[in-house]
Amino acid sequence: MHIKSETAERHTLAVIVDNEPGILARIAGLFTARGYNIESLTVSEITVDKAVSRITIVTSASKPMLEQIVAQLDRLVPVHKVRDLTAEGAHVERELALVKVRGVGDHRIEALRLADVYRARVVDATTSSFVFEVTGGTEKIDKFVELMSEVGLIEVARTGIVAIARGKDAA
Amino acid sequence: MTEKSGADILVEALCDLGVDVIFGYPGGAVLPIYDALFRSGRIRHVLVRHEQAATHAAEGYARSTGKPGVVLVTSGPGATNAVTGITDALLDSIPMVVITGQVPTALIGSDAFQEADTVGITRHCTKHNYLVKDPALLGGVIHEAFHIATSGRPGPVVIDIPKDVQVATAAYQKPGPIQHKTYRPALKADRSDIEQAIDMLAAAERPIFYTGGGIINSGPAASLLLHELARLTGAPVTSTLMGLGVFPASSPQFLGMLGMHGTYEANMAMNQADLIIAIGARFDDRVTGRLDAFSPNSRKVHIDVDRSSINKTVRIDLGIVADAGHAMEDMVRIWKARQHPKPDTAEWWRRIQGWRAVQCLNFPQDNEVIMPQRAVRALWEATHAREPIITTEVGQHQMWAAQHFGFEKPNKWLTSGGLGTMGYGLPAAIGAQLGNPNALVIDIAGEASIQMNIQELATATQYRLPVKVFILNNEYMGMVRQWQELTYESRYAESYSDSLPDFVRLAEAYGWKGIRIEHPDQLDAGIAEMLAHDGPVMVDCMVAKLANCFPMIPSGAAHTDMILQANEVSGTMDDEAKALV
Repeated sequence: MHIKSETAERHTLAVIVDNEPGILARIAGLFTARGYNIESLTVSEITVDKAVSRITIVTSASKPMLEQIVAQLDRLVPVHKVRDLTAEGAHVERELALVKVRGVGDHRIEALRLADVYRARVVDATTSSFVFEVTGGTEKIDKFVELMSEVGLIEVARTGIVAIARGKDAA
Repeated sequence: MTEKSGADILVEALCDLGVDVIFGYPGGAVLPIYDALFRSGRIRHVLVRHEQAATHAAEGYARSTGKPGVVLVTSGPGATNAVTGITDALLDSIPMVVITGQVPTALIGSDAFQEADTVGITRHCTKHNYLVKDPALLGGVIHEAFHIATSGRPGPVVIDIPKDVQVATAAYQKPGPIQHKTYRPALKADRSDIEQAIDMLAAAERPIFYTGGGIINSGPAASLLLHELARLTGAPVTSTLMGLGVFPASSPQFLGMLGMHGTYEANMAMNQADLIIAIGARFDDRVTGRLDAFSPNSRKVHIDVDRSSINKTVRIDLGIVADAGHAMEDMVRIWKARQHPKPDTAEWWRRIQGWRAVQCLNFPQDNEVIMPQRAVRALWEATHAREPIITTEVGQHQMWAAQHFGFEKPNKWLTSGGLGTMGYGLPAAIGAQLGNPNALVIDIAGEASIQMNIQELATATQYRLPVKVFILNNEYMGMVRQWQELTYESRYAESYSDSLPDFVRLAEAYGWKGIRIEHPDQLDAGIAEMLAHDGPVMVDCMVAKLANCFPMIPSGAAHTDMILQANEVSGTMDDEAKALV
């Protein structure tokens, strides 16, 4: 006998929660406890009084499992609401990366040239290195990091995805 | 306002919430609370002998009274011992509030003596949990915890209180009705959804009500609404293990329990139905069997207070998120308002009677050894007029009790369904007896399960609780042995109950009466002797050692593939089936 797996779709969820201790553990633990997958998770306070946080989760799951994920998140006591942005239509997804690159000789010029193409900003520079700040969709960042690895990638820090629905309405 | 210590706030809040009994065990990190309880004298504390038993006793109390069960244990091992019962309450949706002591806030995270990360450990086995670091917040948290534990889909809530918070002072005022910021469980269904359900019910040719523990949680009125709905529609009713008692077992409309050890008629009717109305039941794997073969030609309506139960395992045509009682009340009202005639289900019932004629619960008779099914039936015969509360442990005896002991009313059947916790029955019986002092409470047990919380014999003795324990002793962990017979060609790995104690003398050592029944001729007299004694009694009833519990849907099989008799057992299974629970 072999273990079977189901085909999965990638969905981005916005989860609005009470900013109480342990909330992130509650959400992340729910995913591990029920065998759901987290590809990216970001969290930050979003109100002036710091009482509410927005968690953006990218998950891949089958359709029925996605429905379960939303329902399971929604029944946690501190959760205000859960939105499946991918299912609900057009939305914007962005990620920010800080990319440290060795910059000497020809590679230094090439790194700057590529950064320009990707609209990456130089946020730190030494005579032998750069730190680029680049924002965009996951694919763009993946591609930028891939190119940088050819010219001398040192390390990468990425925020994970934040997302918001297009149009005038709140999630 | 005068300030009180956190411990005094806790006791006062519990009194304000109407708590009259707490099941607990003291320890270093809850000493201030025990002192506050002692000084107050307003709440009865029941001292168990192990914290797991405190949680099961609270479950038994809750399930039999409809009120939340309350547990008080110390930090560290007190809390970790309670985890099994907390998880049990989560899976069976039992309202329970567990108060755990914690090391002082300054010591949290330092690996202090008897420190455990209680909120971390219980985060995923509670409906919600709290670590309270400020006595000023304590009163509000306690009231909120009871609200969460008892509303919506009930469940366990843990409140972890560091020792310094129990000692520090703050003001306490009884809060008004709780309006939680984010937690607002649905009660009433959309009218259009109920109307659609009624349309489907009126048009169905082969409808069936598939009912579960959610109806019990909704309160006794919900059971009466189910009777009314069944009367109006003429549809058959089946029930999950957790739902037994929501519909009278003696009613000709009741098909018995469904699922793995359910009746032939219940499972065949589910398989052949054209409409399933699921109410307060969650399509558990023990109910559905093989999912792709589960009731293939039916449309499915699912009424559940927990949205995540709908479409979890089985695709539903109409999901209704609502309290079972409210939804059924609306259904009855709309059905009557429309003056629907009773649908013609004669042909459907003719088929059901055909399945019933199989008499799937028949078992081989024996004049020399006691068949366990016969023992359960004898117990029912002798006690049913007194409407006893029956608890069980987990295993064959539990299934035989579910099959052969008929329940007429809700809150009379207390069993560990979802988690399947051996050791549940004795403490649950103790909790039920405390909540129902005049009731006859019997734990139908197995000789293996009863040993998992055997220490609670002392608790019953201490509080003079006349609970009865009726052990079906077959000297095996019977259900394990049965699966080994079915799946592993009778290689009985570690399932023999070796070195059993002499249960009669054990009972006597704890101040109980002990009775042994060894022969079918002694059965009725032994039961009568048990009932005649006004204190706690343990009956060691020696039954057939190798009897199996049938009917059975083997794991991974469809409802139509039931094993009805022992001669249908092949002794092996393929790997796909072996891998299922």
